[in-house]
Amino acid sequence: MRTMSLALRHELVGLSGVIERNIYLVKRYIWWDIAFFLWTVANTLTIVFIAKGIPAVGGKIDVEKVTTILLVGAVIWAYLGIIFEILTETVAWERWEGTIEYTFMAPLSRPVHLIGMGLFAIGYGVIRAALLFGVVAAFFGLHLHNANYPAALVVLMVASISFIGIGMMTAVLPLISPEKGTQLGFVAQGLLLVVSGVYYPVSVLPGWMQALSTISPATYALRGCRAAIINGAGLSDLTTEIWALLVIGAVSVPLGLWTFRTGERYAKKHGKLKRSG
Amino acid sequence: MKALEVHNLRKEFTRRDGRGKRRVAALKGVDFEIERGECVAILGPNGSGKSTLVRLLSTLLLPDGGDARVFGHDAFRETRVVRRLVNRVSVEASFFKKMSAVENLSYAARFYGLRPSETRDAIPEILRRVGFPADRRDEPMENLSRGMQQKVALARALLTSPILLLLDEPTTGLDPRSKQEVQQFIREVRAEHDATVLLCTHDLAEAESLADRVGILDGGALLCLEPADELKARYNAETLEEAFFAASGHAFENGEGGDHK
Ligand SMILES: Nc1ncnc2c1ncn2[C@@H]1O[C@H](COP(=O)(O)OP(=O)(O)O)[C@@H](O)[C@H]1O
Ligand SMILES: [Mg+2]
Repeated sequence: MRTMSLALRHELVGLSGVIERNIYLVKRYIWWDIAFFLWTVANTLTIVFIAKGIPAVGGKIDVEKVTTILLVGAVIWAYLGIIFEILTETVAWERWEGTIEYTFMAPLSRPVHLIGMGLFAIGYGVIRAALLFGVVAAFFGLHLHNANYPAALVVLMVASISFIGIGMMTAVLPLISPEKGTQLGFVAQGLLLVVSGVYYPVSVLPGWMQALSTISPATYALRGCRAAIINGAGLSDLTTEIWALLVIGAVSVPLGLWTFRTGERYAKKHGKLKRSG
Repeated sequence: MKALEVHNLRKEFTRRDGRGKRRVAALKGVDFEIERGECVAILGPNGSGKSTLVRLLSTLLLPDGGDARVFGHDAFRETRVVRRLVNRVSVEASFFKKMSAVENLSYAARFYGLRPSETRDAIPEILRRVGFPADRRDEPMENLSRGMQQKVALARALLTSPILLLLDEPTTGLDPRSKQEVQQFIREVRAEHDATVLLCTHDLAEAESLADRVGILDGGALLCLEPADELKARYNAETLEEAFFAASGHAFENGEGGDHK
């Protein structure tokens, strides 16, 4: 019993170490963060301007509504990108810095390590996404009187579980093949982008893409967040989305951990963790 | 109980080159033991398998055969226990370059279960002991010299109180003064702590001056392991370099270890 609680305490301290390290990194690379944030703002503005552009070329749409649909899409997509990027860095960044062997030889269990990365990613991602949403909504003077932000946040949190699970799977790829790993990561992210209905309803997609959209957590995250922000849907209206996200999360996290462990074993067998010295 | 028992340890790698893939033996069945509190140097030229041995003992590689026990614990199956007992200093300093020494040590200590209340005083104290200037603690690591970084690496390893310390060419590439300081510190650690040291080096003088016993590793095979005097006596040699020549059949400098056919 005592040794168990001691072990648990060690793991929690280890988890806090993962978060602590990432906070130091944000602090030390703050200008990169700011530059990247500004780039995301510009990118999001560009997409949201499409809503204003359509009537200008003769299309007929509800500009305010389309603006919001695009804005929510762009912000959720930015959030997802941050989660993926941070989890992928679990291996890629440490490899580049040369610290990977020290992290992997520490008595920190891999699930705790990865969950620590995930928790940091959620915290950091939510702050960035909220800032992005605020800045762009203010720019367009959107008044989302109906919006149910707490419900949107709950959907996003539940969705994050699945995103982290998928992130773990892509995180391990650089351990197996440094270059191909990053390439596959891009492909996976692109696939999610096209099938999940980030900027349009999935109903406009061809059948096979719609089929893929049903297993993408981003589909439910987008649908749920849009319903909450545009129509003011509450949690009781969002049970379908939340359940779907919980199910996908319950599959993707264990699968992510298993994939990572398998990849780590492979890397240790074949000397792929790092090789020099 | 032995601090370290290595039995018939084997490791191969696949190498790709112009002629396609082939298997290269990095360790060819290595056997040795280290007593608690002992310092053993493994002397070997580049490519002889030193880092492979250290990585296996650090749970960073899985072997192709044989076994290793750290204070009785299987290094490949009881990795959680073994990781608590071992730490390592390698030839490259391996830090987050934009982070400071204190930041790098703090998060690393957390991975070993040390809380902020424990590291608040321990980190400055250990940095002082390795001779790291107090006014540079918060500077990014990339501004520090190699010698300075290597001191932080020693501090990181000692912060977690390992009872088996693995040193993989800890002084390679350092200027003579830093090298002296690092070697002096290794002596101090041995004198003051209950630490067992495995020192892999290609520096003959370092092996002779720091270790109780010296082993010669060549092309993945451990040719002998005994006190430097006995080693020299056995090969009727004046210096370790001559002993190496007698044991391996080639000069120390141009040994290519694992690259032999
Ligand atoms: N991760 C790896 N992948 C492929 N070959 C490796 C790897 N690590 C070591 N080797 C090979 O194994 C042999 C021993 O290398 P190493 O243990 O690094 O020697 P040393 O540290 O004594 O210089 C060399 O031939 C080296 O090229
Ligand atoms: Mg080496």
